[in-house]
Amino acid sequence: MKIFNLWYFPARLAWRQLIHDKPKLVAATSGVLFACVLVFMQLGFKDSLYTSAASMPLKLDGDLFLIHQQSEALWRTVQFERSELMRALGHPAVTEVAPLYLSLASFKNINTHVKRTLMVYGFDPDMELLNVNSLKELKYPLRIKDTVVFDELSRPEFGPVGELIQSGQDRTEVNDYKVKIIGLFQLGISFAADGNLVASDLNFMRIFPEREINKIDIGVVRLQPGASVQQVQSELREHLNEFVKVYSYEQIRDHERRYWENVAPIGFIFDFGTVMGLVVGMVIVYQILFTEITNYRFEFATLKAMGYEHHYFIRVVFSSALILAILGFIPGLLLSNSLYDLAESQIFLPMTMTLNKIITVFAFILLMCIVAGFLAIHRLKSANPADMF
Amino acid sequence: MIIDVNNLKFSFGSGTLTQPVLNGVNLAIQKGEIVLMTGPSGSGKTTMLTIIGGLRQASNGSVVILGEQLVNSNELAKVKIRRQTGYIFQQHNLLKSLTALQNVCMTLEMYQDLTEHERQDRAQRILAAVGLEDHLHYFPEALSGGQRQRVSIARALAGQPKIILADEPTASLDRQSGHDAVEILKRLAKESNTTILLVTHDYRILNIADRVVELEDGVVKAV
Ligand SMILES: Nc1ncnc2c1ncn2[C@@H]1O[C@H](COP(=O)(O)OP(=O)(O)O)[C@@H](O)[C@H]1O
Ligand SMILES: [Mg+2]
Repeated sequence: MKIFNLWYFPARLAWRQLIHDKPKLVAATSGVLFACVLVFMQLGFKDSLYTSAASMPLKLDGDLFLIHQQSEALWRTVQFERSELMRALGHPAVTEVAPLYLSLASFKNINTHVKRTLMVYGFDPDMELLNVNSLKELKYPLRIKDTVVFDELSRPEFGPVGELIQSGQDRTEVNDYKVKIIGLFQLGISFAADGNLVASDLNFMRIFPEREINKIDIGVVRLQPGASVQQVQSELREHLNEFVKVYSYEQIRDHERRYWENVAPIGFIFDFGTVMGLVVGMVIVYQILFTEITNYRFEFATLKAMGYEHHYFIRVVFSSALILAILGFIPGLLLSNSLYDLAESQIFLPMTMTLNKIITVFAFILLMCIVAGFLAIHRLKSANPADMF
Repeated sequence: MIIDVNNLKFSFGSGTLTQPVLNGVNLAIQKGEIVLMTGPSGSGKTTMLTIIGGLRQASNGSVVILGEQLVNSNELAKVKIRRQTGYIFQQHNLLKSLTALQNVCMTLEMYQDLTEHERQDRAQRILAAVGLEDHLHYFPEALSGGQRQRVSIARALAGQPKIILADEPTASLDRQSGHDAVEILKRLAKESNTTILLVTHDYRILNIADRVVELEDGVVKAV
C-alpha cells in the first residue's frame, strides 16, 4: 500500500494538473502522437521491406542452396559454374539439383508501352523451384517457346495484366524480346523489384541472349527424405569449390534479410527516421514538461513548504511523462493502423500491425518520455519555497 | 516552549553585498499562544517566518522549534518541522487545478495511514468548519478572495499542526472577509490549542492576539 501510494498520489496530481488545461493537454499529446506515428511508419516500412525482400527465398522449394560467395543479395548475384552444382549430385543423400537463373529486365506495359523493371526467374518448370500452386499448374504450357507467367501481386504500373490476358491481349516485350503471358502466379513485390515474371530456363536464355545456360545464379539441392541437412551441408562444403556457399533454407532467408538490414543503406535510412521521430518527440515532451514545471513551480514550492519532499515532485514529473506517453500512444496506434491499411491498399506494401511492433513502439515512446522527464527535472530546482514567499 | 528563537542573525548575500536582515532576534512562544508580529515593510518578517517554518536555512544563533534545532540543520529536520507546521500565505497559494476539497486533502496525503475515505471525511469537516461546506468541489478560480483564504486556512489546519505560521493572510482581502478569516483561524486554533505566529500590517486584526511584537531594525520588541 505504501509503495502504491508513493506513486499513486503524485500520479494523481500529475493527472489533475494535465487535464485542468485541456487545450494544452491536446497539444501535448499530439506531440507524442506525432512521434508515435512516425516511428510506426518507419518500422512498418522497414518490416515490410524485410518481409518482401524475403518473399522469394521463402517460396524457394529446396533443402540446400548454393550461391556464389560474392552474391550480396538475390537481386544482385554473382554467377557460378553449373558444373559446381552438378558435383553436388555426387553426394549419396542428394536426390536432385536444379539451377535457378535470375535477372532484372524491363517489362513493357501492354496498354501504355511504358517500360518498368521487374525480376525474371528462369528454371526448368518440371523442377517446381517456387512453391506456388498456380505456377505448378502451368508447368506444361511454360515449356512452350516464348511464354512467361506474370506475378499478379506486382505493382499496378505494369498494367492490368490479368484482365488483359483474359481479353486476349497477352503479348508484350521483356528485355525487348516478344513474349506471351500465359497466366498469373503470386509471389509479391520487394524493394528490389516492383514485379516478378517466371519463364522456363530455355525461354530465360532467349530473353537474355547474353546469358549462358552454364552460368547459374542459385543452385537448388534436394535431399532424400530423412537425410540430415546439416551433415550434408558440411560435407558439400568440403567437396565443392570454396567460392560456393552452401546455405540451408533458413540461412538463405537470413542472408537476404541481412543484406537489407546491414549492407543496403536503406535499412539505415529507416533507423535514422525512427531516431529522428523519437528525438523530435522527446524535444516536444521535454518542452511540455519544462513549461509545466515552470508554470507549477509556485505550487510545487507551496507543497514543499507543507512538507512534501523533492522525490515527490520527481514522481509528479515522471507521472506526467508517462501519462503523456499513454495518451499520445493510443490515438497514435489507431492512426498508424489506418495508415498501414492505406499503405497496403495504395502502394501495395505489406504493412501489418503486430503485437511485437506495438510493444516495440510503446517501449520507444516510453523511453522517449522518460528521457524527456530526466532532462526536465533539473527545472524543479527552481521551486525553492524560501525564495517564493 | 513551542518556538524558541535566541540571538538569531541572518543576512542575505555575501562579501561587500551582505545585507543584514535579522540582528539577534529573540522570541519565545508558548503552546496555544497567538502572537502577532508587525513591523515595517522590508524589516525581515517573512525571512524570519521562513526560518521558523524550516523553509530557509539559518546558520547563526538558535532556533528551536518543537524541540528541534533548525540552525545548521539537515533537510530531514526541516521537513519534519514543515510537516508539523501549517503555513498560510499572503496569496492563498492554492493549487489551481484542484478543487477546495482536493486542496485540503493534499495536506492529508502526506500521512500514509489514512484511507481515501478518511481523508475526504476529515477535509470535508474542516471545510465545513470554515463555512465552505457548499463549496467543496469548487476550483480556486471560482471562489472569492475570502473563500480562497478560508480554504487555505482549512488546508493549514487539516494536518492538525502544532504551529500555524501566517504571513499577512489578510493583505489581499477586504476588511470584512479579512476579519472573518482571522476570526475563524483564531476559533479553530483555540479549540485545538494550536500555536499561531501571524505576521501582519493590518492593525484591524490586532485584537485577536494574545500578544503583539514588533520587528524593527533586525530585532524583536514587545509592543
Ligand atoms: N531572497 C532574497 N534575496 C536577497 N534579499 C532578500 C531576499 N528576500 C528578502 N530580501 C531582503 O531582505 C529584507 C527583508 O525582507 P522580508 O523578510 O521579505 O521583509 P518583510 O516580510 O518584513 O517585508 C528586504 O530588504 C528584502 O529586500
Ligand atoms: Mg513579507
